[in-house]
Amino acid sequence: MSDVLTVAKSRRNVEALLLLVAFAVAVGANYIAGLDREEPFNPYFWAQASTFVGMGLLIHIILRVRAKYADPVILPIVLALNGIGLAMIHRLDLPRIDDAAFTPVAQQQLLWTGVAISAAAVLLVFLKDHRILRRFTYISLIVSAVLLLLPLTPLGLEINGARIWISVGIGTFQPGEVAKITLAVFFAGYLSTNRDLILLAGKKIGPLQLPRFQDLAPMVAAWFVSIGVLIFQRDLGSSILFFGLFMAMIYVATSRVSWVLIGLALIGVGGYFALQLFSHVALRFDSWINAFDPEVYNRAPGGSGQVVQGLFGLGSGGLAGTGLGQGRPDLVTYANSDMIIAALGEELGLIGICAIVMLYVLLVSRGFRAALGTKDGFGKLLACGLSFTIALQCFVVIGGITRLIPLTGLTTPFMSAGGSSLLANWLIVALLLLISEAARRPAPSGPMTSPFPDPPGVGGHPTPGHPTEATR
Amino acid sequence: MNQAIRRSWIVAIGMFTLILGSLTYVQFFQAEALSTNDWNNRQIYQDFGRPRGAILVDGRAVAESVPSNDQFNYQRVYKQPNLYAHLTGYYSLVNGSTHLEKAESDLLSGTSNELFYDRVVRLFSNEQVAGASLELTIDPQLQQLAFDLIPDGQKGTIVVTEPRTGNILAMASKPSYDPNLIAAHDTSAVIENVTELSEVPGLSIYTNPATESLVAPGSVFKLVVAAAALESGQFDENSEIPNPAALELPGSSQALPNYVNGNCASRSTADLEFALEQSCNTPFAQIAWELGQERVSQQAEAFGFGEEFFIPTRVVASSFPEELDQALLAYSAIGQYDVKVTPLQMAMVSAAIANDGVLMKPNLIKSVRAPDLELLESPQPEVFSEPISGDTADQLTEWMVNVVENGTARGAQVSGVDVAGKTGTAELSETGDNAWFTGFAPANDPQVAVSIVMENVDIATGSQLTSPSAQRIIEAVLNQ
Repeated sequence: MSDVLTVAKSRRNVEALLLLVAFAVAVGANYIAGLDREEPFNPYFWAQASTFVGMGLLIHIILRVRAKYADPVILPIVLALNGIGLAMIHRLDLPRIDDAAFTPVAQQQLLWTGVAISAAAVLLVFLKDHRILRRFTYISLIVSAVLLLLPLTPLGLEINGARIWISVGIGTFQPGEVAKITLAVFFAGYLSTNRDLILLAGKKIGPLQLPRFQDLAPMVAAWFVSIGVLIFQRDLGSSILFFGLFMAMIYVATSRVSWVLIGLALIGVGGYFALQLFSHVALRFDSWINAFDPEVYNRAPGGSGQVVQGLFGLGSGGLAGTGLGQGRPDLVTYANSDMIIAALGEELGLIGICAIVMLYVLLVSRGFRAALGTKDGFGKLLACGLSFTIALQCFVVIGGITRLIPLTGLTTPFMSAGGSSLLANWLIVALLLLISEAARRPAPSGPMTSPFPDPPGVGGHPTPGHPTEATR
Repeated sequence: MNQAIRRSWIVAIGMFTLILGSLTYVQFFQAEALSTNDWNNRQIYQDFGRPRGAILVDGRAVAESVPSNDQFNYQRVYKQPNLYAHLTGYYSLVNGSTHLEKAESDLLSGTSNELFYDRVVRLFSNEQVAGASLELTIDPQLQQLAFDLIPDGQKGTIVVTEPRTGNILAMASKPSYDPNLIAAHDTSAVIENVTELSEVPGLSIYTNPATESLVAPGSVFKLVVAAAALESGQFDENSEIPNPAALELPGSSQALPNYVNGNCASRSTADLEFALEQSCNTPFAQIAWELGQERVSQQAEAFGFGEEFFIPTRVVASSFPEELDQALLAYSAIGQYDVKVTPLQMAMVSAAIANDGVLMKPNLIKSVRAPDLELLESPQPEVFSEPISGDTADQLTEWMVNVVENGTARGAQVSGVDVAGKTGTAELSETGDNAWFTGFAPANDPQVAVSIVMENVDIATGSQLTSPSAQRIIEAVLNQ
């Protein structure tokens, strides 16, 4: 077990420098997207630029005051991703901007960006320490249940066959996005409290340490949530996402592959029956395998037209891309939400899209790094779960678009048009920042520093009296 | 717990590696196949988003791209749409493109290699790629005249060429249509229009009747047989051929009759001059028997039969049938049975006779100009073939002048000018007859070759619509 060194430096100046780069990317992309198609430096340009610079600096200042040891890379990465996504959404608005019946999506998304970053700021200011959330373990469970059930109430809206939206006066909201966070909080709280009990009991059969039946409760809950979402909301993407979140957290809490295998077996059974029972799942599967079959291509609904058009976009973009604003990503349905990666791939090329994926890799890695560094089990589980969710979401979205796996309707974190997704992901960022602050903050000096090397596992500077986490 | 976190991270990195791999597969290894896939209409959108070069007749655009307010930025517009539909064709988002719009698409759209330099300059000056313009050899007054000489509701084609250059001066057909109906960007309206046009009798929006529809030539094909006879050396102006009213056909219960309304019956034997003058069938059947199928076929091929070529739009191959018995050879010699020609092919036969036996390649393009008006191409007259000797040509000319002076084509006479011509009537059992005229004028200094076909008409109407129309066209050309 190698040590995890925590550098007791705030690195806020590094963040400030990286923020300049992020601003340049966000504002520059937005400017290029509008080139030749609209007045340069129009009111929207200034609104976009001031939102990004203003909100970016706001978070930066809050971090300087409240969490000065927070990871310096997370904020610039997320701002850049958000900016590139918004530029693409704006660019996709422009061909239709003259249509009187068309409401530009970018302005709404910009507003949501402001709201989401403000929400993250509020969370940073008022939460101060992520461990406080542990108190709300069971409340989180209830909130999650309510959020997931909301679309099934009369408030709910069914769009394109999936019932995952609710109507909130001015627009629609996807409560499932926020439920992702509350469920992560619940699981982190539950598992960090009960992990010893779960771990110690149970029989061992061969190499597999099986859990006791009553300890299977979280697994069963996870299964119910995932399958419930699939059946009642007809949302395969979210179902996979929740399930991945649970599996990752259960594995991190127990370090037992057996649990993951049991989970996968359970979901395999559920998935098999879903495939048999629900036409929309079967159609998705069919349009994945036989995407280029003319019959499947032209089938509506449930055909492969969208994924094939997305592939055409990516293919036409090739290695270098057509250049922002020069391609035809608007030919792909949902180009600004589910398919935004296809749009970006077409105009920025393989090179550009790989750069974007690398930003996600860095972001997710910083999240895992925070999980490694923080000393409390709750924080570790939460950071791990949330980071893994971002990675899984990228995998499901990009894998679906490139026909690696069947296409499921999921948003690309920080980039796709959609307020709830943006809000939820910025809240995740705030949580990751807080956890990274806990991970990187130098331990308050005790009466004496340990003359011994770090105890295994926890890493960093042990705090006297703080029990080390059991590690495996 | 940290070990598990590290492993989860490895799983996450594994997922990212997979998607980087699949992105690379799609955007690098599959890119070419995907961007050229038929269902991928980005190329079409790109082409339609650019101004396309104009198609000009005597300096005036008959097809041009004008700015539009929709997503394509430009709309192709056809001026005098019905008059030029079969030449320009259409450039349609929904229905592809046809005729000149298709054949010269590279030049019109600006993607041709000839425009490479122009594209590079435009790239650096940040200007849009633009297409070259085509100037046609068509004479607008003649085109209009030819078009008007075909009555509305009549299926017919008139081709006028210049024998010495091969330039096409007019090429008109009815029924015609409005290509604007198909070039529109409104998909559902276009589909509806196409369906409606497909129901117009005698019209195909996909074929230019002058060059792509094959019809029976009837007696105008006798020119080819006469040419073969002279070229063979077995016949000359003094040859006398039996001219029975009807010819017994070996192996057939039918007999081949002479033309009922003609004066063939006045002579029991005929020389070639008389046989052409009165368009007697039985002498030509016997000439063909004498020459054999091979010789007739070879002569037809020398005039261009059996060969597809481009002017630059496609001209389908006219055909003389193969493996004929004596009966079918007799019918084929008078342009019946399975002899199939394009109207342009018959104009080529006349043009070759007019031009001392030298057939010039038919051509529609006078010049191609780059967007900056620089001359890119101006096609020079090109020899297509030398199907007959100068002597044969002179002899045939003399006989054809006689046909107009004394024979079946008297309607084509122009005062003060020797007109050479030949009529034809292809008898089609089901749908009526095809009435033909082909010829040229002046006989001693050919300025114009004409080929006229009116399909599915009765004989009286047909003869009214052919020779007299030829007269009007020849007058129009000579009076210019």
